[in-house]
Amino acid sequence: MSSNDHPKTIAREESFGYDRKTIDYIRNAAAHGLYEIRGMGAKRRLPNFDDLVFLGASLSRYPLEGYREKCSTKTVLGTRFAKKPIELEIPITIAGMSFGSLSANVKEALGRAATEVGTSTTTGDGGMTPEERQSSKTLVYQCLPSRYGFNPDDVRRADAIEMVIGQGAKPGGGGMLLGQKVSPRVAGMRTLPAGIDQRSACRHPDWTGPDDLAIKILEMRELTDWEKPIYVKVGATRTFNDVKLAVHSGADVVVVDGMQGGTAATQTCFIEHVGIPTLAAVRQAVDALEDLDMKGKVQLIVSGGIRSGPDVAKALAMGADAVSIGQGVLIALGCNHDSYFQDGAHHDATAGYAAIGTAHGYCHHCHTGKCPVGITTQDALLEQRLSPEVGARHLKNYLKTLNMELTTIARACGKQNVHHLEREDLVALTLEAAAMARVPLAGTSWIPGVNGL
Amino acid sequence: MERMSFDLAQVPLRELNSFLHQDAPAKGVHQVVVTNPDGAHNIAVGLDCPVEVEIVGHAGYYAGGMNKLASITVVGSAGTGVAENMMSGRVHVKGFASNGAGASMHGGLLVIDGDAGLRCGISLKGGDIVVGGSVGSFSAFMAQAGRMVICGDAGDALGDSLYEAVLYVKGKIKSLGADAQIEPMSAADYATVKELLDAAGMQHDAKDFKRVASARSLYHWNAEADQEY
Repeated sequence: MSSNDHPKTIAREESFGYDRKTIDYIRNAAAHGLYEIRGMGAKRRLPNFDDLVFLGASLSRYPLEGYREKCSTKTVLGTRFAKKPIELEIPITIAGMSFGSLSANVKEALGRAATEVGTSTTTGDGGMTPEERQSSKTLVYQCLPSRYGFNPDDVRRADAIEMVIGQGAKPGGGGMLLGQKVSPRVAGMRTLPAGIDQRSACRHPDWTGPDDLAIKILEMRELTDWEKPIYVKVGATRTFNDVKLAVHSGADVVVVDGMQGGTAATQTCFIEHVGIPTLAAVRQAVDALEDLDMKGKVQLIVSGGIRSGPDVAKALAMGADAVSIGQGVLIALGCNHDSYFQDGAHHDATAGYAAIGTAHGYCHHCHTGKCPVGITTQDALLEQRLSPEVGARHLKNYLKTLNMELTTIARACGKQNVHHLEREDLVALTLEAAAMARVPLAGTSWIPGVNGL
Repeated sequence: MERMSFDLAQVPLRELNSFLHQDAPAKGVHQVVVTNPDGAHNIAVGLDCPVEVEIVGHAGYYAGGMNKLASITVVGSAGTGVAENMMSGRVHVKGFASNGAGASMHGGLLVIDGDAGLRCGISLKGGDIVVGGSVGSFSAFMAQAGRMVICGDAGDALGDSLYEAVLYVKGKIKSLGADAQIEPMSAADYATVKELLDAAGMQHDAKDFKRVASARSLYHWNAEADQEY
């Protein structure tokens, strides 16, 4: 047999640069002439809290008995200026998500679960609904650039005010709510014609820059007679500087939302390519507070891809006072599940996912308003697929689990209070995480960029 | 106690605002005079009762911000964001107003005797603004509802990305923003302009005003539309 007997072929090789995903993207762009808009947060692989591990107690540290010894999770936010700081039972809060992006049932479920476990929930773009105020013991009221439905009566009814500068999914961008979700009730609350594709402003209408923001925050303080804590929320980008400016502006609490943070509708290019990972942001935020000697005076809430008890524990050890969760909360309610529970029975949701061109586990179609499990919808039939009672039960379980995991880890590290977790309890598994979080690579004393090579 | 006077050179702002929030409605105070404001920010913000407040001098940022029911007069000029997010009542600036006057107002009447700066009526959600002089660029940006009467000129990009708010302009418009268009005046428009001028106490002929409203071409995503906006 000569070497010429092997049939000549041209190798079938997928391009690294022009892989199937990129080819699909270019074809979509060519066919439609519009960027892709979707929900949820960054999906690409990013350094995250999984890349850190705790150094549990051993001979050099003394652990607490996992099930017997007290481990406090009490969390106080807003101690700098507010007469009435927020007192929470657990350091895990519900992130701001609007009525509009979510159904009224979901907003009610969030309030009920948060109240039962002793934490706070947050309004979103479009104002405060009576359902969420009634169901939430502690409610944080967002003041957003659009000011949709913003009302001084709701400021007075709120327990804290959150000035939203930006969001991890889209730092520098405004919100979107596509026409199919702008129902008559949503449109009425936002003073917009029903059914339009709503694009929120990305800049506040009545202030520009940190010096103005300081005056704006004083207005909120004057309006509430200095009672309520004022949070400032930033999307993670130049986090070190932004946190310093937020503190300068008079914030009681700074909320830093990393690029894994979710959204109900944003351009994919924005979600995946603007902002920095939560892991990098939390370190910068803590550095900023320490640089100003404000650690413990101004509280830090971290959000963006916090999913589990270990994530919470790591964020706290890095220096956060609390975390905020959006997507994990929605998944606990049934987001991306294969079925929904209605009228006492489980119903298959596969066809609903297929109808919007996706499948359970992959769905990020919040923007369509056709959520097959009844969460991110304003459709009168779909929203019945999640009842406030069932949703609240699942969410309460999820939050309790996270809190149990958090205290388990804290006890293993010898802490009687979860807020005593510290950076020294952490090491990194990857060079990237070691460099971003500035904790040593496991088994070494090496922190890239800080010591050694 | 019908009438009270606060000298901001002597009394902290916090005391004045706290009085206006709590004591004014409780004690039935109908008139409050504020002297020596000296450009202080956040004077008379968040009022929630039908009290009359007269600020004798210049006010800083957010004077009368988020007002409900009260009638607030600035006998001088006002800084950024005067009457921002007002829900009802009336704010009257006898001098000039800075940027973002009446931003995201939901209701009530804002009267500015002089000129207003940039972004007057930005994100307007209801209520009425009457400006005796001219307004700066980007006024009525993304204005959703409500009415504005501008007796002087308007700067660049008037009514950019306008929703359902309607603007009436007597003078020159330097340029219209994306999706804003000049429309014919109807009998109802003339009546509206006259009603608002009367409410503001200004003498102009409604016949001299132009109507600016949304062409509504940005209400839905459209791949065929040019992307210059």
